[in-house]
Amino acid sequence: MNYVSYIGSYAIMVREVFKKPTKWSVMRTLILKEIDELIFGSLGIIIFISLFIGGVVSIQTALNLDNPLIPLSLIGFATRQSVILEFAPTFTSIIMAGKVGSYITSSIGTMRVTEQIDALEVMGVNSLNYLVFPKIIAMMIYPFAVAVAMYVGILGGWMAAVFGDFTSSAEFIEGLQLDFKPFHITYSFIKTFVFAFVLATIPSYHGYYMEGGALDVGKAATTSFVWTSVAIIVMNFILTQLLLG
Amino acid sequence: MIEVDNLHKYFGDAHVLDGITTSFEKGKTNLIIGQSGSGKTVFMKCLLGLLVPDKGTISYDGRRFAELTLDERRSLRQEMGMVFQGSALFDSMTVEGNVMFPLEMFTDQSRSEMEDRVNFVLKRVNLIDAHKKFPSEISGGMQKRVAIARAIVMNPKYLFCDEPNSGLDPNTAIIIDNLIQEITKEYDIITVINSHDMNSVMEIGEKIIFLRNGIKEWEGTNQEIFKTDNEAITNFVYSSELYKKVRQVYISESD
Repeated sequence: MNYVSYIGSYAIMVREVFKKPTKWSVMRTLILKEIDELIFGSLGIIIFISLFIGGVVSIQTALNLDNPLIPLSLIGFATRQSVILEFAPTFTSIIMAGKVGSYITSSIGTMRVTEQIDALEVMGVNSLNYLVFPKIIAMMIYPFAVAVAMYVGILGGWMAAVFGDFTSSAEFIEGLQLDFKPFHITYSFIKTFVFAFVLATIPSYHGYYMEGGALDVGKAATTSFVWTSVAIIVMNFILTQLLLG
Repeated sequence: MIEVDNLHKYFGDAHVLDGITTSFEKGKTNLIIGQSGSGKTVFMKCLLGLLVPDKGTISYDGRRFAELTLDERRSLRQEMGMVFQGSALFDSMTVEGNVMFPLEMFTDQSRSEMEDRVNFVLKRVNLIDAHKKFPSEISGGMQKRVAIARAIVMNPKYLFCDEPNSGLDPNTAIIIDNLIQEITKEYDIITVINSHDMNSVMEIGEKIIFLRNGIKEWEGTNQEIFKTDNEAITNFVYSSELYKKVRQVYISESD
């Protein structure tokens, strides 16, 4: 019963976020600040992880190709499919749930603990719109970060395959181009938009409605990471079934 | 005038506010006092509209809060200024940014007009060289002044202060008390202060409401509090030997 209540209050929160908008001149600054913090501030870790994940996928595929009848171009093909369909959108989003999600929960949670949210409300500011809306808009740029993850992941795969002497560059690139379906990119970006919304709103919910003191901010950040990850994984399954099933 | 009529608030089975009826007048500093857990903060949050009472009404110059639409409530809140116990300054903004915030949100003033207004209120609270500092870089007393400046920057009709002296040294506490009282008179506003600082009670309590277990046990002025026979309030206010002696001196002098 509690879970139903949480889902209900989450839905009410999302509705409130879009009510009584903050003045555009203020909101514009907030959005730019959040884009810098949430997206550009995360590019480093996204690039680092994607490069190595792409490399690992490539090496593992190469090591499992022990049949001489299977062409080595399959390494490029498998890397592309894995990175574009799953690793870039889903794996990166799980990492973002830890990095961005914890940041959002702890920053809003600290504002709750130190009565800054009460101060906003007393002034007549729609605190949910002021705090959460810029994060949602900023996260709409998240597909850009995932596109970077795709590119770097495939690059990492190429580097591991070529410099590890598993295949030639030409064969890897041939695999990359093999049976390419543009809809896979569309599917991946649709997922990314949904994950972006989840990444902005679920951590905000846990921060905004938290109770207690500093210790509870930490607990809320952990809970937020768990539920954001669960939501991403469940949404991943549902969207894959709907779009590719 | 703020009028409170038969206010009740429950948290589960706990009856936190039990039928409080009172009023707060313009140009006066009104103090709500009581022990920890007596319902002071809940009462203040009900006055601010941050908590919804289970029964009873609160009216602001005839406007019943519960009957207002969401937009009307937000407009009413723009007439309120609040000084929180921990100041509640926005960490990510400078002193100037904090004070300018309500102006940026709710007015169409130009940057220079807003800066003039911010300079004026910061000067009014005796903060001159702290504009570009962040809250973490200034003392608790200065944070309280910034909070007061932010609360009055929009020329509020109602000023609420939740334990404005907590965590301050006695000297700074008196300065903050005097500042709040001066501003109340100067701007002719209704000020409601939540406090258990006995200096504040005696110095600036033009009207005092004593809460005990969620019930309004006593109401009067800082002059009347010396003479009251109410056992609960005398036990609370004159709990220390010092205050007992102060009371004796006051009574003997007034006789």
